[in-house]
Amino acid sequence: MQTQTLGRVYVWEIPVRFYHWLNAFSLVVLCVTGYLIGAPLAIQQASEASFAYWFGKVRFIHFVFAYIFFFNFLFRIYWGFVGNRYANWKNFLPFRKKQWKEIKQVIAVDILQRDNTPIETIGHNAVAGFTYFMTFLAFLFQCITGFGLYAAMSKAWLPKLFAWIVPLMGGDFAVRQWHHAFMWFFILFALVHVYIVFYHDYVEGRGEISSMGSGWKFIEKEYHPILKDEKPASGIKK
Amino acid sequence: MSTNSRPTIWEHAQSKGVSRREFLTACAWMTAMLGLPASAVAQVTKALETQPRLPVLWFHFQECTCCSESFIRSSHPGIADIVLDKISLDYTETLMAASGKQAEEALRDTMTKYKGKYLMVVEGSVPTAEGGVYCCIGGRTALDIVQEAAAGAKAMICWGSCASNGCVQAAKPNPTQATPIHKLVSGVPIINVPGCPPIAEVMTGTIVHLLAFDRIPQLDGLGRPKAFYSRRVHDTCYRRPNYDAGLFVNSFDDENAKRGFCLYKMGCRGPVTYNACGVMRWNGGVSFPIQSGHPCIGCSEGNFWDNGPFYRHLPNFPGFGIETTADKIGVGLGAVTVVGIAAHAISTNIRKRHLIKEEQAASEDVKDGRAEQGGS
Repeated sequence: MQTQTLGRVYVWEIPVRFYHWLNAFSLVVLCVTGYLIGAPLAIQQASEASFAYWFGKVRFIHFVFAYIFFFNFLFRIYWGFVGNRYANWKNFLPFRKKQWKEIKQVIAVDILQRDNTPIETIGHNAVAGFTYFMTFLAFLFQCITGFGLYAAMSKAWLPKLFAWIVPLMGGDFAVRQWHHAFMWFFILFALVHVYIVFYHDYVEGRGEISSMGSGWKFIEKEYHPILKDEKPASGIKK
Repeated sequence: MSTNSRPTIWEHAQSKGVSRREFLTACAWMTAMLGLPASAVAQVTKALETQPRLPVLWFHFQECTCCSESFIRSSHPGIADIVLDKISLDYTETLMAASGKQAEEALRDTMTKYKGKYLMVVEGSVPTAEGGVYCCIGGRTALDIVQEAAAGAKAMICWGSCASNGCVQAAKPNPTQATPIHKLVSGVPIINVPGCPPIAEVMTGTIVHLLAFDRIPQLDGLGRPKAFYSRRVHDTCYRRPNYDAGLFVNSFDDENAKRGFCLYKMGCRGPVTYNACGVMRWNGGVSFPIQSGHPCIGCSEGNFWDNGPFYRHLPNFPGFGIETTADKIGVGLGAVTVVGIAAHAISTNIRKRHLIKEEQAASEDVKDGRAEQGGS
């Protein structure tokens, strides 16, 4: 393999990066507070209820971040229609034949490691895109079930919009159970997601890890959106 | 106003020797039970003065009669009697004097005479397996009886969890295919009054609402009267401040239990159960389970038998074995994921070593090439 000529590509715009980190932070907070709500700490103490409010605070933080998470998610959907080509909604659904081909390729190269052909895609590859689509569905499910549960203790109009899920699932109990079970989806997703990001950076050297900070990825000349079409400058001979 | 051929409730009460004062007291009680302000007493009084007694058919199917037991213990002495006087209970297997042919005749009479006017009350679920043979009365299946009686009913009240959501006999594996009534009948307004049993005053309150206003009370998404089922036991629980303060009972015999802290960690279903226990309480307002130190088991919620075990907050995950919670499954999947990641990381390193070697070899070729060029 030859030493690569890399070109910088601005992949993740500021709104995408902002969304990503706010989303990541919200998810961590929601998982931690959510788990605490499901399994509060076993504290033996003799204090009076009027002196403490820690469980109430944990729940309050959970609800606040639920709103942040929800509107951040809505914003990302909006950005899927107005953002750059790497943020576009079409990346997340394998409608095109090319994407299906890439799914097979990614499975062979990155998951089974049977092949070393480089993946051309600069933004999300087809498997990553579709995985993110699944997480969007999980986001939606958590928002619906979470606000559905919250509706009973709120007068706000937003949670009321999701109150229909409770009779549909047969009561608060089932809703809460599934809301809890889906927390594990996020934990598993985070494990795999962080590993895969390190993996890509480690093997491809495109700057995958830093790209969510800087927005830039470093792409081989032959796949670079601009450099690949450039003919060698006339003055220089090979 | 009594142009009706049937005597009104007030006329009927007078014939029983009830004084005006007693009648008005009863009207005030009813208003209170409906959760209405004192200003509505006049409206209720007027309704009871002008409404004729409502013919009621009370059916018993797959049930334990705890709903009837609860009903007849309606807290304030006389209230249950008054309600029984207010309605004309023409058929009920448990309480009626008649039996056999006479009882069946009474049923038939009411169904033909007051077609479209009687209130149908159902206690118990209806088995639908094998043509409904698991519950037969007078040689007919419950399924048959419900469908015939519902066709001529003005409205229907489903007493208890059995009739509202199936209760214990509908728990897995539900061998008789016990089915709540609202899934079998359509075209009749249905009020679900779940609970195992429902609170006596909730039962009488629901009937009184129908009597006083001659229409169905406001219902929620699951067909329950909002007046009694719009708030969770948790929201009206006197131990709620302990919940917000994070003061929980960790086992039934610990200090926290003696201090009366929140029973959330002991599996209390209060936070997911819609009922009026915390407000109305039981046996004349004496107590309710949580006040007696026992977590709520959520008896008025659908599937509460299958959402076990009762004494744990997180239930068993459906489709997995006993004692398997979502958390255990999650941790297991997490472990599998970590192992998968480790295996993948090892394989990645082997691959990367190959890549580096190839690259080094390639760059050495370049060096060699240059050296040759430089030499020539």
